[in-house]
Parts: sequence; C-alpha cells; structure tokens
Amino acid sequence: MPRFVRTSSSHAARRAGSIALQIALVAIIGGVAFAAIHNAAQNLANAHITSGFGFWNDTAGFDISQTLINYSASTSTFGRAFWVGLCNTLLVAAIGIVLATVLGFAIGIARLSSNWLVAHLAGGYVEMIRNVPLLLQLLFWYNSVLTTLPLVRGSVALPGGGLLNIRGLFLPRPQFAAGFGYVLAALVVGIAASIVLRVSARRRQDRTGEPMHVFWLTFGPIVLVPSVVFVLSGAPLSFSFPQMGRFNVMGGVEILPEFAALLLALSLYTAAFIAEAVRAGVLAVPHGQTEAAQALGLRSNTTLRLVVVPQAMRVIVPPLTSQYLNLIKNSSLAVAVGYPDLVQVFAGSVLNLTGQAVEVVAITMAVYLFISLVTSLLMNLYGYAIAVEER
Amino acid sequence: MTAMTERTYLRTVPADPLPPPEQRAGRIGWLRENLFSSPGNIALTLICILFIAWALPPLLRFFVFDAVWSGSDRQACLSSPQLPEPGACWAFVRVWFSYFVYGFYPIAQHWRVDVFFLALACGIGWLAWLSAPRRGIGAVYFFIVLPVLSYVFLRGAPTLGLAEVPTALWGGILVTIVVATVGIVVSLPLGILLALARRSDIPVVRLFAVTFIEFVRGVPLITVLFMASVMLPLFVPERLSPDKLVRALIGVALFASAYMAEVVRGGLAAVPRGQYEAAQALGLPHWRMMALIVLPQALRVTLPNIVNTFIGLFKDTTLVFIVGIFDFLRTIEAARADPHWATPVTSATGYAFAALFYFICCYGMSRYARRVETRLARAHRR
Repeated sequence: MPRFVRTSSSHAARRAGSIALQIALVAIIGGVAFAAIHNAAQNLANAHITSGFGFWNDTAGFDISQTLINYSASTSTFGRAFWVGLCNTLLVAAIGIVLATVLGFAIGIARLSSNWLVAHLAGGYVEMIRNVPLLLQLLFWYNSVLTTLPLVRGSVALPGGGLLNIRGLFLPRPQFAAGFGYVLAALVVGIAASIVLRVSARRRQDRTGEPMHVFWLTFGPIVLVPSVVFVLSGAPLSFSFPQMGRFNVMGGVEILPEFAALLLALSLYTAAFIAEAVRAGVLAVPHGQTEAAQALGLRSNTTLRLVVVPQAMRVIVPPLTSQYLNLIKNSSLAVAVGYPDLVQVFAGSVLNLTGQAVEVVAITMAVYLFISLVTSLLMNLYGYAIAVEER
Repeated sequence: MTAMTERTYLRTVPADPLPPPEQRAGRIGWLRENLFSSPGNIALTLICILFIAWALPPLLRFFVFDAVWSGSDRQACLSSPQLPEPGACWAFVRVWFSYFVYGFYPIAQHWRVDVFFLALACGIGWLAWLSAPRRGIGAVYFFIVLPVLSYVFLRGAPTLGLAEVPTALWGGILVTIVVATVGIVVSLPLGILLALARRSDIPVVRLFAVTFIEFVRGVPLITVLFMASVMLPLFVPERLSPDKLVRALIGVALFASAYMAEVVRGGLAAVPRGQYEAAQALGLPHWRMMALIVLPQALRVTLPNIVNTFIGLFKDTTLVFIVGIFDFLRTIEAARADPHWATPVTSATGYAFAALFYFICCYGMSRYARRVETRLARAHRR
C-alpha cells in the first residue's frame, strides 16, 4: 500500500483537526496582535507620543499649494488638511479616469484597425507605456518636460486669455452673477426633457417598430433654451483673466505643474491598459455575431452599436473597473512630485508634524479602501445594468 | 396588401458582372490591402506618415546623431559651436554607470554583486526553460538556496573572509533586482498558501485570507510601504527593529503576495472539478491532492499570469524610492542632481536610460509570457 494514501478517515477526527487548526490560527493571530500592540504602546511611551485622534482638531500651521475648499495655514486644523488632500486626490482621479477612458478606447480601437500603420502605431504606444514604470514616467513629465516651460516673464499667452509658464497653466476664471441660477435651472430642465423624449422614442420603437431619431430634437432643450435664458437674464457670466505680475501671475484659475504632470502620467499610463482591455473585449465577440448582423441586413454602424458594443462591454467592464481602481491608487504617486494629494498632505506633512504614525497611516488606508469599495460597487451596478440577459 | 404579391425586392434582370479582383499578392497587394484599401484608410495612412515624419527625426537626432558619447564633465554636453543643440548626454551615463549598477557598494567588492547576478541568472534560466532537466531542484535552488546564500554573500560574513557591507551602501540596479527577487521568492509560496486558504473549507482560515487579500489589494503600495517603514518599527521591540531595506522588502513582499494569491486562485479555479474528485477517489489526503494533482496543473496554466504579475511587481519596485531606498531610479535622481553634470539634457538622458532598462526587462518578460501561453494553447489543442 503506497504510504501517501490516507489510513484513518474518520470524520470526527477531521472535524476535530479543523477546529484545532482554527483555534490555533486565532491564538497565533491574537498573540501577534497583542505583542504588536504591547510593543507599540511601549515604544510610543518611550518617544513621549500620546496616541489617539486628538491631533485632528489641532491647528495645522502648514501651507498647501492647491486647495479646493477653504484652508489657511494659521487657522485650519489637521482635519481640514485631510479634507483638502482628499479633494485633491479625488479631483486628479476623476479627471484622470475620464481622460484615460477616452484615450484608452481610442487606442484600443486603433489597435484593431485594418490599417497596418494605425494598428502598429497604437501597438507601439501600448508596449512602450506598459513596460516603463509609472513613477519614472511621472518624474520624466515633471522634471524633464515641464521644467522646459518659460519663466513667468516669458509666459506664453494662449488664445482665449490663458497664460502658460513654469509656475503652471493659468486660465480665465468664470465669475457667475446673480441670474446664473436660472440658466442652470433651464439646463437641468432641458436635460430632463431630452431624457423623457429619448425614453418615449425608444418605447415607441419597441411598440411599433418605427425608429424615431431624437438626437437633433434634444438639441433644442439642451442648448437653445439655456442660451435664450442666458441672454434674457442679461448674460450673468464674466471672466477674470490672469494678469502677469512681476514674479507671479495674479487672478485666473491656476493649474499646478505638479497636477498637470500627475494627470498626464496617470492618464497616459492607464490608457495603455484600458486599450488592452478594450481590444480583448472586442476580440471576444465571436465573428459569427457580426456576420449574423450583416446577414440580417444591419448597416455596419448599426452592427457596431447594437451587436458588437453591448457584448464587448460585458467583457470590458471588469478589467476596466480594476484599471480605474489602479488609477485611483496610483494617484498616490503624487507624493513624488509634491502634488498635495491625500498621501502627500496627510501621510506626509501631517504625519511628520504630529508623529501619529499609526493613526495617520490607518486613516489613509481606510480612505483608499473606502474609495476602492465604492468604485467597485458603482462599476458592478453598471455591469448588472448592461449585462445581456441570457436564457 | 398588394406588396405581398409584387415582391419588388427580387431582381428581374441579371446583375452586371463584378470587376476582376485587385492584385492581392506581392508587396503592392499588401500595401493596397493594409494601407490604401479605402479613401478613409488612405487619409489615416497619410496622417500616420506625417506623424512619423514629424516625431521620428527629432528623436533620432536627440538620441543618436547629436548625442554626446564621451566626455568627463558637463562641458561636453553643453551647447558649443560644433554642436549648437546637443542631444542626449550618454557620457553622463557612462561616467555614472557603476553607481547606477552598484550604488555605494565598495568598488573592491563589486565582484560579489557580479557573482550574485550570475547565480540569479542561472536560477531564472533554469526555471524559465520549460524543458530544463530537474526543474524541481531548480525551484529549491531559486526559492531557498539562492536567497539565503545571496544574503550572506552580499551582506558579508567576516568569519568567511567577506567584508561586511551594510545594506545602506547597496544601491542601483542591485537593489532593484534584490527587491524584485525577494518579492517573487516570498510572494509565490505565500500567494499559493493564501490562495489555498481562500478556497479552504475552514471558516477562520478563509476569513483571514479574504481579509488580508482584499485589504492589501484595496490600498496603494505607497501606503503599505509607509506602514512597513513607519509603523513596523513601532510594533517590534526596539532592539529587533529591522533595517530600512528589510522593512521595505517586507512591505513589497506582503503586497505582492496578495496579488499573487489572486492569480493562483484563478489557476486553481481552472483545474477541472474531475481532477479533485479523481484524487479524492484515489484516497489522497488534502495536502497530497493539492501538491501532486491540483497545484502542478494550476501553476502551469497560470504561469503567463504569474509572469505578468511579476512584471507589475518589477515596475512597482521603483516605489521603494519614496521611502528612501536607493534603488535604480533613485540613483538616477541623485546623479542627475550632480552639479558637475548640470545640463539641460541630463535629466532626459538619465530617464531615457532608466526607461530603456525597465523596458528591456519588462518587454522581455512579457514576450516570454506570450510564448508560454502559445505553448500551453498548443498542448490543449486536440
């Protein structure tokens, strides 16, 4: 009898073994955790650091270069600094996701082009970007490309009143007067009306089989009506243009070079991965589907819109979700160029000023976990919404 | 309904004959089919050619024709009457090359690093060559013998006559390779364990594995590295506090394990249920079944994914830079700040060199993964 064959196979013995294993595992984890906490308490006591979240309401006393919400070094708290950092992270992640998606879909489709040159240029882009670390790309954009911009004195004036120099990109800041609320309200009503129109057109097509093209009809409520309201309410919008000062630029919206570098690096990098997901998704639709659609007499763009894309999206959404999550997590590389994101402000400045390593790192991790969970939840909901019902 | 009887969509006269097919063979046929098949395609081709004509000559000029290949300081790479717009300053890379590879590792001891690289290359070759003899011994060599010996060898042992070299002096490509190697050596076994734990029937084991994997995958590597470098020293008694490099290694290894666990789990799921049932029917205990039947098949199908995860890990090693480890990228950063080499092109040259290194490594690995994939696909074809 080979010696690796089980000799006793009583279920009771296996059950007992399993329970013993679980107890042992819990004991080991508990022991390690207890020892770690004990050591931490002792080490913190030696370093005269009181643990707890009391620092949250202390005055921060350091400046942040980009603040989307009100913040001042002298009066704001560490807690406020946390929210400032979080907003900056969300800003760069949100814009990055949009840019990466657009670029990624374009490149992914270009890779499938029947034009040899287009397909290989797109393929070269994907291979080049995917095989070089993101941090290296980020440093390249920040230290090697954006430092070649001119000094403030030699600012490049952009069409439309913007200024570009080594301090960043300065765009006109829109200023809304009192009547602008009406324009916004008209826009919201217009969008709602368009949705209603579209849904009813779809219903009608389902019922009678007659297609009804509503694209140009929705143009009226979305564009025309708000424009008319805009003129009637006396054009309640003006711009404050950036002015060149002696050492810096005054007025306007400032886009930091750190932000620009991070956004460029994140979206170009993630776009390459999204392109691969898109390519795989489109290739996953069997060719018979296209042929069947053509046999039914569908035109090529209708085939794409009604047959290929819905099936490809089912395959694309899961990897797309993980790329979005990667982009959000990778935005923490901001710390390498000094863009004030959550990690740079909170796990950097606040940690160094307070010394509350455990609390600060734990909060930072919890925030990323939370963002990841919410993003996967949203994408899963979208995945359910577009799932093609099978028999 | 008269339309029913008329059948207007039926042709009543024969259609005109189609023109003879265009030339399909040969170079002209290829060009016509792939570049000039329709007006839209012709336009795309022209746009692409214009783009290449716009982008390629300046790049070639910068990296090859106007590049400075030798020199001893920044003067060589500054604009001069002979070379008004100098290209890449490869002289800078040549002068700093030894620093990029070894960091501050003592020059007299560089041979030890070279031996380590060689031993590592042997191990990788042994495992990567799928029909190599005794790959089992290769695995033992790579995952147990090599790490232990390399640590002793690189760190030094005065009793063996090897001078001690503290890890603070290690740097450059050496550290990048060490971090990546430790990452794969720890994360593969740990990842397999975690994947098995996640599929286990025992609730506590499964809960522990799921919590660990999902937690690590939900947070950025930087925060894990921060945790390892800032919090880890708090959790152990002061005299046991590990050195900076070891702390970063722990962070990277734990991070990689979670990702590896998910890859291995995918492989485990791909093993047909019948294999488990057949093993159980033969009376194999759980661990024997896993080790002899399931894991060999699971690892085989998932090898391309393991390599791809490793490519990600290799790129992620650059992040140890942020917690102050002198990896390859950090040595580039340090060297480009050197005032003796301060020129407008130094940074770009340094980054280009680093990009070339990472590209060659990662692209090579991805080609390997693709080859394994086609080989596996061939094995499954009937």
